[in-house]
Amino acid sequence: MATLKRPTAPHLQIYKWGPHMVLSILHRTTGVALGGGSLLLAWWLIALAAGPEAYEQFQFCMRTIAGKIVLLAFTLCLMLHLCNGIRHLFWDMGMGFEVEDTARSNILVFLGMVGLTALSWSIGYGLI
Amino acid sequence: MAEFRLPKNSTVKKGKYFKAEDGATNVRKFNIYRWNEDDGENPRLDTYEVDMDKCGPMVLDGLIKIKNEIDPTLTFRRSCREGVCGSCAMNVAGTNTLACTKDNDEVKGDINIYPLPHMEVVKDLVTDLTHFYAQYSSIKPWMQTVSPTPSGAERLQSPEDRAKLDGLYECVLCASCSTSCPSYWWNSDKYLGPAVLLQAYRWLIDSRDEATGERLDDLEDPFRLYRCHTIMNCTSTCPKGLNPAKAIAEIKKMMVERQG
Repeated sequence: MATLKRPTAPHLQIYKWGPHMVLSILHRTTGVALGGGSLLLAWWLIALAAGPEAYEQFQFCMRTIAGKIVLLAFTLCLMLHLCNGIRHLFWDMGMGFEVEDTARSNILVFLGMVGLTALSWSIGYGLI
Repeated sequence: MAEFRLPKNSTVKKGKYFKAEDGATNVRKFNIYRWNEDDGENPRLDTYEVDMDKCGPMVLDGLIKIKNEIDPTLTFRRSCREGVCGSCAMNVAGTNTLACTKDNDEVKGDINIYPLPHMEVVKDLVTDLTHFYAQYSSIKPWMQTVSPTPSGAERLQSPEDRAKLDGLYECVLCASCSTSCPSYWWNSDKYLGPAVLLQAYRWLIDSRDEATGERLDDLEDPFRLYRCHTIMNCTSTCPKGLNPAKAIAEIKKMMVERQG
C-alpha cells in the first residue's frame, strides 16, 4: 500500500524555538538533574553524620573547581525548577495564559533563577 | 515513545532551483518542501525565485504564483484565502500558520515552507488529517441534551453564557496548534491535542449542553487530556489568536472542581 511509505513531515528539525519552549524542556532536564543533585545532598548529610574526617573529605571535593561548578549547576537547576514550578502553579489556576503574560513570565523565571542563585551563593560566602 | 529524528524515508534532500525571469529586480526565495509518492524518492527542498513586484502580499499569493507561473506540480490545499476555512495551514518560517493570512513581509530572509510538522505527508504541503478529524469526532462535537426540546422555540442562552463561547467558536480546525505541540508529535495516537481539547471545552461550557459529566469522564485520562504540559506552542502559533492552552487549563480545573 502506498500510504505505508508516506514520510513524516519535519518537526524538531524546522520548528522555530521560542523561550517558552526552551523553558519547558529545561524544566524537565533540570528535574532530572535535581535527581542527581539529591544524591549530592545525601552525600553531604551522610558525611556530616559520619564524622569530621568524612565531612572534611566532602568539603575538599566541593572546594575544587570541578566541585564548585557542580554546585553552581545544581543551584541553577534548583532555582530554575523552583521558579518555573511556581509558574506552573499559576497556570494550574488558569492564570497567565495570554501570549504577553507568558512572554513576561519567561523573563521572570530566568531572572528568578539568576537572582536566587546569586542570593544563595552570596549568603553561602558570607557576603550578605 | 518520542522519536526525535526523522525516519530514513523522511529526511529532506536538496532539491531543484528555479531562477526568476530576467529583469526581475525584487526577488525573494521561497524554499518549499516537496514530496510525491510516484518518484519513489525522499522529500526535497525546492527553491523558487519569485519577483515580489508581481506577487500579492501573502504567503499564499506566492504559492499560487509559483503554481500558476513556475511549477504547476506544486501541491497545497487552499480555499477561502481569508483565514476562515483553515485549509492552507502549514509551517512558514518555523511556525505554523495559515498561508493566506501570513504576510510575506513578516518573514525575514528566505521564506521557508514545510507541511504541518510530524504529520504524514500525502503530497508536498498536503498532510493526512484523517486521524485529527477522527479525534475531533471522538469528543462528540455537537449539543447533547436530555431535557425535552422547548416546543416551537430554540434553547435559549443568556448573553453572559453566550459570551463564554467567545474565543472558542472562532476555531477553524486548521490543526496549526495541534501540530505545533511536541506532546502531540510524540503521542498523537493517544493525546487529543490542543485543537480538539479546545473544541471539547467549547461544549463543556456551553450552558445548553447537558452532557458535561460524560464529557469530563471521557477526558479523564493520563493521555487524552493530561499529556498537555503547558509548553505553550499552541497559543503562540494559533493563526486566529485563540488560546488552546487556556482552554485545556480550564478543563483541568473543571476536573478538580467536580471532585468537590
